[in-house]
Formats: sequence, C-alpha cells, structure tokens
Amino acid sequence: MMRLPPFRYFAPKTAREAAKMLADHAADEAMAVAGGTDLYPNMKRRQFTPKVLIGLHRLEESRGIEEDDDGVTIRGMTTLTQVENDEILQAHYPAIAKAARLVSAPILRNMGTIGGNLCIDTRCNYYNQNYEWRKSINFCMKKDGEICWVAPSSPRCWAVSSSDTAPVLMVLDAECTLVGPRRVRRVPVKSLYHLDGIDFLKKERDEILTEIHVPKSNGMRATYLKLRRRDSIDFPILGVAAAIETAKDGTVEKARIVLTAVESAPVQAEKAEALLVGKKLTEEWIDEAAAVAYRPAKPLDNTDLTHAYRKKMARVFVARALRELSRG
Amino acid sequence: MPPTKTDVAPEQSSPAQEAEPLSIIGKPLMKVDAMAKVAGETLFADDLAFPRMVFCKMKRSPHPHARILNVDTSKAEVLPGVLAVLVGSELPIPFGILPVSQDEHALCLDKVRFVGDPVAAVAAVDEETAEAALEHIDVEYKVLPSIMSIEEALADTDEPIHASERIDGNVHKAVTLQFGDVEEGFAEADVVREESFFFEGNTHLPMEQHAAIAVYGADGKMTVWSSTQTPHYVHRAMAKVLEMPPSRVRIIACPNGGGFGGKSDPFNHEMVVAKLSMKTRRPVKITLTREEVFYCHRGRHPVKMWVKTGIKKDGSITAMHFRSFLDGGAYGSYGVASLYYTGALQTVTYKIPRYKFEGLRVFTNKPPCGPKRGHGTVQPRFAIECHLDKLAEEIQKSPLDIRLEKVVEPFSTTANQLKIRTVGLKECLERVAERSDFRKKHRNLPRGRGIAITASSYLTGAGLPIYWNKLPHSGVQLQLDRGGGVTAFCGSTDIGQGSDSVLAYIVAEELGVEVEDVHVVTADTSLTPVDLGSYSSRVTLMTGNAAIQAARRLKPLLLDPAAEKLQVPVERLAMAHGKIFDRQYPEVSMDFAEAVVLAEAKHGTLGSTGSYTPPRSRGRYKGAGVGPSATYSYSACVLELEVDEDTGWVKIEHIWIAHDVGKPINPLLAIGQIEGSVYMGLGEALMEEQVFRKGVHKIPSMLDYKSPTFVDMPPVTSILIETLDPQGPYGAKECGQGPLLPVIPAVPIAIYDAVGVRIDETPVSPDKILKALEGRLAKPTVPEYDFPPPAEVPPMREDS
Ligand SMILES: Cc1cc2nc3c(=O)[nH]c(=O)nc-3n(C[C@H](O)[C@H](O)[C@H](O)COP(=O)(O)OP(=O)(O)OC[C@H]3O[C@@H](n4cnc5c(N)ncnc54)[C@H](O)[C@@H]3O)c2cc1C
Ligand code: SF4
Repeated sequence: MMRLPPFRYFAPKTAREAAKMLADHAADEAMAVAGGTDLYPNMKRRQFTPKVLIGLHRLEESRGIEEDDDGVTIRGMTTLTQVENDEILQAHYPAIAKAARLVSAPILRNMGTIGGNLCIDTRCNYYNQNYEWRKSINFCMKKDGEICWVAPSSPRCWAVSSSDTAPVLMVLDAECTLVGPRRVRRVPVKSLYHLDGIDFLKKERDEILTEIHVPKSNGMRATYLKLRRRDSIDFPILGVAAAIETAKDGTVEKARIVLTAVESAPVQAEKAEALLVGKKLTEEWIDEAAAVAYRPAKPLDNTDLTHAYRKKMARVFVARALRELSRG
Repeated sequence: MPPTKTDVAPEQSSPAQEAEPLSIIGKPLMKVDAMAKVAGETLFADDLAFPRMVFCKMKRSPHPHARILNVDTSKAEVLPGVLAVLVGSELPIPFGILPVSQDEHALCLDKVRFVGDPVAAVAAVDEETAEAALEHIDVEYKVLPSIMSIEEALADTDEPIHASERIDGNVHKAVTLQFGDVEEGFAEADVVREESFFFEGNTHLPMEQHAAIAVYGADGKMTVWSSTQTPHYVHRAMAKVLEMPPSRVRIIACPNGGGFGGKSDPFNHEMVVAKLSMKTRRPVKITLTREEVFYCHRGRHPVKMWVKTGIKKDGSITAMHFRSFLDGGAYGSYGVASLYYTGALQTVTYKIPRYKFEGLRVFTNKPPCGPKRGHGTVQPRFAIECHLDKLAEEIQKSPLDIRLEKVVEPFSTTANQLKIRTVGLKECLERVAERSDFRKKHRNLPRGRGIAITASSYLTGAGLPIYWNKLPHSGVQLQLDRGGGVTAFCGSTDIGQGSDSVLAYIVAEELGVEVEDVHVVTADTSLTPVDLGSYSSRVTLMTGNAAIQAARRLKPLLLDPAAEKLQVPVERLAMAHGKIFDRQYPEVSMDFAEAVVLAEAKHGTLGSTGSYTPPRSRGRYKGAGVGPSATYSYSACVLELEVDEDTGWVKIEHIWIAHDVGKPINPLLAIGQIEGSVYMGLGEALMEEQVFRKGVHKIPSMLDYKSPTFVDMPPVTSILIETLDPQGPYGAKECGQGPLLPVIPAVPIAIYDAVGVRIDETPVSPDKILKALEGRLAKPTVPEYDFPPPAEVPPMREDS
C-alpha cells in the first residue's frame, strides 16, 4: 500500500505556539494538520513531504459554534459533522450546514475540519496522482515539473479550488481570524484566495485559521448547489453559492453569487450581483443574471466531466440557485 | 415429522434434482463465512504474516512503449535493508493464461509495453525500504512510438508491440465465422438495418487489492498464498516459470475480497515474490497499491461494433452479421477467448437462423484487457439490445413482443452449433413487464421519463477448459470424522460469491447433516482436488454436481451398517437433520455420528470423491471451443429513469430484473448476485471508463475512476425464475454474471423513451446526453479491415 513519508509530529496547545513552530521551520519543512483528510492522502502521494507536522487537534478552545450579537462564530477545528448537525447553523445559516453535508462522505466529515476545508489544496487530475504516475508525465508546474499540461502555454497553474464551504461563507460575507507568530488579524474569507493553482492562499504559511465569523443574517437567504458525479465522496466539479437580501416587496437589495471548482479560487460573479440589485427575482431576471454570472467560470480539462459541460452547467446552476431563493 | 428424501441414488445416475422436498437447498441461509467476515476473522492474502517475512515492491515502466537498454541494480543491492533485487533475465520463461498467448514475463525482458509494466523488483525489510530502493534502480530506455487506439494499432508500423511470426503487425487475432448464407437472409428481410456502437473499457474495481506471499521452504517446496480466482492455472504457470516440478509447488487461494474476473490470470507479482523467496530464503509478500491494480487490469475490452440485421415485418430475424474490434491492451491474457465471446452468444438469446461473425483484437500500449463479469458478451449485448429497440420501432412493434416472439426454443441447437437446454426467458420477460407495468408505460410516460425492456443470456460454465485436456473440470473429496463432521475438499475459490457456502449446503443436503457440521477446505492445490477456478459462472454447477456425486457415493457406506443396526430395509432409510431414520417410523433412528462410527468399523476409513465434466459440445469448427456450456441462464430487465434535460442528468428510478437461475441453491445469495450485477451494470452504463491520456491511465484511483456509491443505487425488484435444468445440481444454473447483461443497454434505450435521443456508446454520461439533445453527438464508427475468409464449419457432433 501507499505509505506516509516519515515526519515528526508536534501538538501545541495554542494557535500562537503552532504559528511559531511553523515560523521556526523553512517553507517546505513544516505544515499544519487538522483532520488530515486532505493533507495525508497528498503526503502519501508525495505532493508534500514535510519533515514536521504541527497537529492542531490539541489547540485549546479550537472547536465549537457560538452565537453572539454580531452573528455566529465557528471555530477552526470544528468538524464538518459538527457543522452539518449544528442547530444554530441549521436554523439561521442552513446553507453552511448544507455545504458541509455535501463534503465527501460521513467518515471523512468526522475527521475533516472547517478550517482545513477553507485551506485545502487545489485539485487537478494531472496532480492528484502518485509520484510514479506524475513522473511518467514528467511532472507538472504545480509540483516537481515545468509546464502545465492543462494549458501548456500558460504561465500559471489552473488547479481547481475545491472547497465546498468557502463559496457559501463568501456569499454570507464571512470573515476569519488568522493567528500568526506575532500578530492576529481578521480578514474576509474572500481575501484568503488568489487566482493561482499553486499560490492559491493569501494567508501567510505560518498563520493558523482559528475562527470564522458569519455576520447576522438580517434576512439574507443563501443556498449552495454542487455538481458532482456521485451523491457521495466526490469533490465539487462546479459549486454555486448564492445569497439574496430583499425588501418587503421582493426587490433585491443585496445579491451574492460565488462559483467554485471552475477556477483556482472561488470566483465572485460581481456583474450578475450588480445586475440583480433593484430587480425582482422573476424568471426573466434570473435567466439574465445566470447568463452573466457563468462567464467568469473558467473550467479546464482537469477534473471529472468535460470543461465545456461544466461551463454550461454553471449557468444552469446559477439559475437554479436563484430560483430556489426566489421561492423564499 | 422430519422432511424425507429419496433413497440413495444409483451411482451412475445423473445428478438431477430430487423429487422429494429439500431441507437446505432453496432456503435463505446465512453464508458459511458470514460471521467470520463480519467479525474480521477472515484472513485475506494481505492479512497473512510469517516470521522473518520481507516485503516486495516492483519498479514499473514510466513509458507506454520502450525498449529496455539497460537495468542497473547495483546501487539498490547495497542499500541497508535490501535483501534481493530481481530483474527479468532471472525469470526468462514466458507465461500467460491461454496456451496460445504465452506472452508475459514476470519482469519485462527487452521491452516495456504500457505504463506500469514491471522491469525489476526488490525485497527488503519493510515496504518503505523496498520503495526507496526502487529509486536506486536505473533503467535506460529507448522510447518508442506508443499505440493507444484501435486505429493506431491498424496502421503500418516497424515496431509492433509484440514481434512474432504468429502476429501480423499489432493485430493479435482476426477471425471470421459464418453459419448459413447471411446475404440470402438479408434478401428475404423486409427491413435491413446496420449501424455501429462503441463500448468503453472499464475495470473490475474489487475492494481487495491483489496480494501474494511466497514461502520457499527448507524442504525445497514452494508455497504461494494469493488473492487469485484460479489457483489451478497459477499452479501451472508458476511451475513453468520457476522451472520447478509442479509437484513441489503449492498454490493457496485466499478468500478474495472481490474478483469479478480481475484475479483470473496468473500474475507477474506472484512469480516475482516466489523467485524472491528463493533468492532470500525468506517469506516474501507483496500487496499492490490501487494504482497497480489498475495496471493489472484484465478488465472489459473497449469494443467498436458494427451490426447488420434483417427482419421480417412480423419481427423474426432472417440473418445477422456482427463485427467487433477489440482494443486488447499490451498482452494476450484471455483476449482470444474474449474476442470469440463477442460473437458467440448472440444466437443463444434470440432465434437467428443465419449468422456471420467477424472479429479482431489488436494490441495497444495499455494495461491488458481480459475477462470482466459477462466476459466478452457484455459489449455485443449492449449493441444488440439497442439495435433491436430501433428495429422494433422501425416495424412498429412493441419491444416486449419483438423479444418474446424471438426467444430461442428450449433444447434446440443454434446456428453456431450451441446446444440450448432449458430457457426461462419468456417468463423473465413477462414477469418484469407485468411487475413494472411496462406495456402501459412504454411511450406513454411524460417527457423526461422513460422505460426500457431488455433481455440476455449467459453461460453456466465454459464447456471447455482453458488448456486442452479430458479431465474433470471440478472435483470434490469428502471425509468423515467420528464426531459426525464432514469435511469437503474442493479446488473451488470463494471470491465473495459464496462458493464455499454452496459446497457446504449441497454436502449437508445430501448427507442429511446440518450446514454447521460441514467444514470446507477449498482452493489449495496440494490439499484439494482440481477445480478450474471461479470464472465463467461455472462453480455452482460444476462443483455442485461433483459434490452431489461424492456424497451419493458415500451414502451407501453409511446407510448399510445403519440399516443393519436399526433392522430396517435400507431403501426405507432417509437422512436429514443429522439423523438417519426409517421413513415409515421416523422414531426408529440414529444420529449421523453413530452411523459414521458403525460405517468406519465396517469399511475402514471413510471418504469419497466426485467429479464433473460438462457434456461434449456439438461444434467442431475452429473457435467452437468458446460458447458451449452445460446450460445457459436467461435474464430480462425493465428500467425506468428520469432525464433532466437542462443538465443531461439521469436518475434511475427503478429496476425490475428477472433471472432464470434454474433453481436457487440459496435465494438470498442469488438475489445478492443480481443486485450486485445491477450495481456493476449501472456503473458501466453511466460512468465507468478506463481511459488514457498522454499514454498513461487517466484516473487510476477509486476517487477519480467513477463507480457508483451505494447512495447512487436505485431500488431493485429481483425475481427468480425456476426452470430446473437437468444439467444443474437440483436444477441450478448460474446467476453471478448473467444479470449484469440486460442492465447496461436498458439505460440508453430508456433515455430514448424519455427524451428521444439515441446514445450508441458507453458510458452514457450527462455531457453526451446534452450533446445528443443539441444534435451534436457524433455516431460511433468502426475501422475498415479485411477480415479473413470464414473458417470451415464441419458437420456437428451428434446431440448428446
Ligand atoms: C475522498 C475525499 C473526498 C473529499 N471530498 C471533498 C469534497 O467533496 N469537498 C471538499 O470541500 N473537500 C473534500 N475533501 C477534502 C477534505 O476532506 C475536506 O476539505 C476537509 O474539510 C479538510 O479538512 P481537514 O481538517 O481534514 O484538513 P487537513 O487535511 O488537516 O488540512 C488541509 C490543509 O489545510 C491546512 N490547514 C488545516 N487546518 C488549518 C488551520 N486551522 N489553519 C491553517 N491551515 C490549516 C493544512 O496545513 C493543509 O494544508 C475530500 C477528501 C477526500 C480524501
Ligand atoms: S493545472 Fe497545470 S500546473 Fe496545475 S496541477 Fe494541473 S497540470 Fe499541473
């Protein structure tokens, strides 16, 4: 069977300590691990061979979901199973619970965390392969190689952003707390990501994501639709999160649409969002918005099903998400 | 009163069903190994460990096609923890499952033929060390142009994948068979339709990855435990490759965690651990990774097909001409048989008076294809059922009636000289149609919803062994212990299908003991009589008949002293529930164990053997060896689905499937096989594809190679049809493969009923459905090829 490469394992008690341990090592030497459901399979295939792993499971006060005056706080080490079953989230932010429930399969959700979910590696079927396989194609830009096999003339990697919860947290304007060795900062979830399959996270490598803050919903309704081949286990090959806030008469006051798994970062369909403001969610406007919203999707041939199909589905899924929200 | 049974059958009687009620056969009993499996006690090959055991890893080719210029193992050999390194020249003798395709080596000698073909192996103290050592083996290659498709294989080349006089370029085998004048048949027809289909390759995906452990003992004997479906064939190949007398080689098949045909070949890793055990004088173990299992493959061939059929207005077929083009991958494997199978069983389902088959298998630089559940008959069944649905529409006949009217006659002989015995297909078709309300629903469901009916047939055991011999195909030996236990020894291999259970049930039934009192010892070439293996749906019929014969030979030895003691005429004695008793006065009885003691006192040590050989086939032409079977099973299926026209997404709503199983030995196991077949068929129909990109398997993992999960499984209604076949034990036929066949074509046919587009290829994925709805889906095509003239067809043998 495939085996993990050897590593040393530390289990600090505070996020600050964990961040310091990361800072004490060179970039490839040390990594944080939460549930390990993304990192360990990658290590077995030698995408990562850190000498040191900083386990986050012993961090104090790192799990749980709490409501306060500003909204709700989800701690980084909360498992996806907890997120999916949490009563506060189910009542006020059902889209978050739904997105968590749509991640992989129950056993992995028992281990996988929401913090880890926001930080998972981007995916590509030239990359998510074992070492021997990658060697047989002479590797690729993302790891050990020179060129991108998906887009050979491209200067960048197009591996796909594949988190299911990120787009939902983005449409809800969530923020997260990052604890570094010296400073603590709070940034929008949106600004965690960067359109590059290799350098896809804007957080510093020694920052630990400790909390996610979701503002009060204020009547904002959100949903998440996921395209995947099977009803379990599969990563998204397209995800559409949408949120709408309407006036009493149904006029859209605020709209958010984020597409995932069609680029190296979740992409916000800003033009479509702007178009919807001031309109009512009629069939015509839904179709119009969908026709605009799917354009920033840039799926390439590096996941399941054809990229032309995924692009087409982006439009269908946006329309379906908006239609669902229009029903209140 | 305990249920009674007939008296001892005379020895020479055919093992047909009994007239009196059965106490075990036909009951939904638990599998004999169920509790051990659930409790985690079952030892699969990878669970075995021995003192001083070392671990093997194989160095594999990164190129699809290359000449090996040099293999330098010197650096790896001196690494701490490395005990031995092996290269191809140390095992130069070729092997292969078929005598005509001895084209594999334990490790490649001069060439590598696909990404994953092994060139060297290491034995080391642990897997990590072995894996690290592989990096220190330097292989110098001259990379050759790779051949990745049937079309590329048919192009001229200076560098064929196998250079051999028997092989023309990359054409492994081309065959033509003709039975009757098809042109005359087409001239008689009212409608002649011809078209092409494509069936994509896919793989078995057993849960258990192949593993093997070899122990070369101080006594000079070789023992190999392996996850194999065919220990007997591994035994032969192993002795050949190791150049050892077969008498000193012992192969033990561990319980397989699923096989489906993927563990039916002798494999290079089995030879490699054996040789490494000789070199290191230590037990050597290998467990393949999931990627390596994809490289072992032997799965479904990608097949391009062309079919032309003439029918009369009443729906009867006047002639059929069928062509298949198989993408074989890098080695022969079962390929010649697979090729013939793509043409063999067309005639076993529906009446086809004139039939012509042309088939071609080519080599390509991919892992070798071979037998997967339904071996070679799945692809043509897909084509023919889709084709027939269109023909039915053309002559405006119901797809149910067109099938019902064409079902082959029981006890007839087909155009290609296959002997049919019982046929339960009409009943299968009627029952699924009735349960699903097919007649009412077909062409009448709202747009987006569709329904299909399909039918098929399959072998109950290949009529001929893989290598030519006149020996039994299965043997059973029974031994009694003084406590009343019965041990049944048989070479058959339990791959999860329940063959150990079937053996125990039959022995228990025949000797009137409880199933729990039977011990089965199976799949060990030194301890058990030969059974050819778990392939071609042969085990229940062949092992079952052998077990009946062995038990019926033992019975008189037990009854005779019991009759004396009880003072009852022997004809009046019956055996059931652990007792021997007088049928007239059941209280006059003795325990089975007591009878064993009396019998042993009278006759000495007790034991018996039984064996089975299928009836001789009728055909004598070249190629007639593929297709004959003791009897054929039949299946029919109705599938209802819904298509989302915006996304092309298909939701299977329900499947009704009826299977002519002859007689279920255990209805629970039979239904388990049917449901498993439905699951596997849906995977092949909707999503599975073994595809390649840049010369390498595109998705060799269980996450990316899409196969349904159990949440994707629709509700299934399984119906067992009994025909009590005279050839089968208690009338039983196969049920492990046949029920897969009708499921796959039912998907595109129901899609047509739902949204009016035809998809003539697999997998029927949502992107293809959308394309078809937009009118942009290209039709499959077949290459041009000059097939050889038809083989001569000598007169048939007498009907036996
Ligand atoms: C078969 C399979 C299917 C899957 N399907 C899906 C799917 O459908 N959708 C989906 O979204 N995901 C899927 N995943 C990925 C994964 O299981 C989940 O995303 C999970 O939530 C990851 O969380 P984790 O705690 O296990 O992360 P880990 O594996 O522990 O970590 C992932 C990455 O995040 C970093 N990290 C983790 N926690 C923190 C933190 N608090 N602060 C800073 N960095 C951190 C780690 O260093 C690592 O780089 C799947 C995985 C597998 C193996
Ligand atoms: S997108 Fe290109 S560079 Fe990135 S992982 Fe895939 S092949 Fe490699």
